[in-house]
Amino acid sequence: MLHLDKVSKKYKDKSIALDNVSILIRPKEFVSIVGHSGAGKTTLLKMILAEESPSEGAVYYEKINIHGLKKKQMNDYRRRIGTVFQDFRLLPDKTAYENVAFAMEAAGRTDEEIASDVPHVLELVDLGKKLHNFPHELSGGEKQRVAIARAIVNQPDLIIADEPTGNLDPVNTYDIIQILKKINDLGTTIILTTHNNGIIEHLDKRVITMQGGKVAHDTHPEAHVGSTGGKSYESSNLTRK
Amino acid sequence: MLWTKIKRTLRAGFVSFWRNGYVSLASVLVMTVTLSVIASIIFVGALFDSTLTSIKDKVDINVYFVKDTSEEDIAALRKSLVSMPQVSDVEYISAEKALVDFRERHQDDELTLQALNELGGNPLGASFNIKAKDPSQYETIVKFLTDKKDSNAAGESIIDRVNYSRNKQAIEALNRIIAASNRLGLIVAIFFMIVSVLITFNTIRLAIYIFREEISVMRLVGASEMYIRGPFVTVGIMYGAVSGILTLLLLYPITYWIGPITEDIGTGLNLFSYYLSHFGYLFLIIVGSAVVLGAISSYLAVRKYLKV
Repeated sequence: MLHLDKVSKKYKDKSIALDNVSILIRPKEFVSIVGHSGAGKTTLLKMILAEESPSEGAVYYEKINIHGLKKKQMNDYRRRIGTVFQDFRLLPDKTAYENVAFAMEAAGRTDEEIASDVPHVLELVDLGKKLHNFPHELSGGEKQRVAIARAIVNQPDLIIADEPTGNLDPVNTYDIIQILKKINDLGTTIILTTHNNGIIEHLDKRVITMQGGKVAHDTHPEAHVGSTGGKSYESSNLTRK
Repeated sequence: MLWTKIKRTLRAGFVSFWRNGYVSLASVLVMTVTLSVIASIIFVGALFDSTLTSIKDKVDINVYFVKDTSEEDIAALRKSLVSMPQVSDVEYISAEKALVDFRERHQDDELTLQALNELGGNPLGASFNIKAKDPSQYETIVKFLTDKKDSNAAGESIIDRVNYSRNKQAIEALNRIIAASNRLGLIVAIFFMIVSVLITFNTIRLAIYIFREEISVMRLVGASEMYIRGPFVTVGIMYGAVSGILTLLLLYPITYWIGPITEDIGTGLNLFSYYLSHFGYLFLIIVGSAVVLGAISSYLAVRKYLKV
């Protein structure tokens, strides 16, 4: 599904954020990426989201090099990925309902679909009674649930969660991880970065340890070195540049 | 789907304008001040034009006829003058009227009136008071009259004198002042226009800077550039429309108060009357330019944050 092929990222000041990283992530996997600050976790996620381009190597999503996508194709690609951040990144002047609806509007969904799906998704994350609350009226845990609702509302293939529990207390941390597990059980691939060893132990899933911009350890080494394989694009709605 | 997109864009713009009240208020106030500068340029220009027009109206030349010149010769000359494209008006002052005017002007001057009485009869001749369309055209008119002086019907000169040479320096000085003032006025107007445009652009850019994180989030959920830009451009248009209308509303009491003053100081223009009679023009310039400026500024300002 996702293949980082010998990806390196070097900045102008010659610092190296990623150094020859190769990772293969298969559909429906739940992958945790751990490592100290500066290990390269966030850069790795930015590569997958195409927020940054690799200096060397390539990132393939369903065998398509995502950094070669045109603007419209990039929008389509991003709509297939749900993102959850440590700082929530909700739109502050929109209510919980509107934040989730925005992602659907951006995906070109109709008003009827939005009116039907948004309350349902917010109900799933236990925010059915706070549809019309603004982010500043919600607790940290509730904000993160809105972010998760926004991430899953378009039924993405992949969810990227960058330290989603970093700002939460243990109770909310447990709740959020349970929600992500449920989403994964329903078939969505999840990539999670975290500092929390308790989460790793609780999940008991694949763990990739990053160190100095390199993959230091992978609990599923058979998936570590992959290949882009054939050049079939039939399974994808994305088109090559 | 297009209508749905337009509807969503407009709704998002209106909601953002309303919910980010302080940002909107600050932007509208700065734009109102800027638009007031543009309005001031328009008003100062109008006052300047009016003042120059009234000064130009005061400039004229007088042609004095030889005493006992026939009415036919005078009428023929008048006909020739009126047909000249440079001439705005020719006023005939008969010898009798000239005498009445002279007496009126010197009614408190006993000595002069006594001297006039001792001369007996009417020592004054008839004259033309000629106004040109533009002060720079007096030279041409005077040349025409000088040529005419030597070619009257009876072979005698009917023109006694033309008072142009006495006024020549003043008229030429006025021409230079008008030309320089127009140039200076244009430079000042362009300067303030550029300053106003830059202030407006930077105000909107600053307002959008506050939303840069949100724009990056919008990009990450896969929103298209048009979908992100639309509400910001709508808000920019609203900043322009609201501040334009606010400026026009503020101008009502200001010109009402200042109008009689501008009239009294010799410009010949009541600004309040100008405001009322040119409201459509002012609306088009102030609100129109603000809306266009708001839309373009927003469009350009968002572009910077779309590169995610």
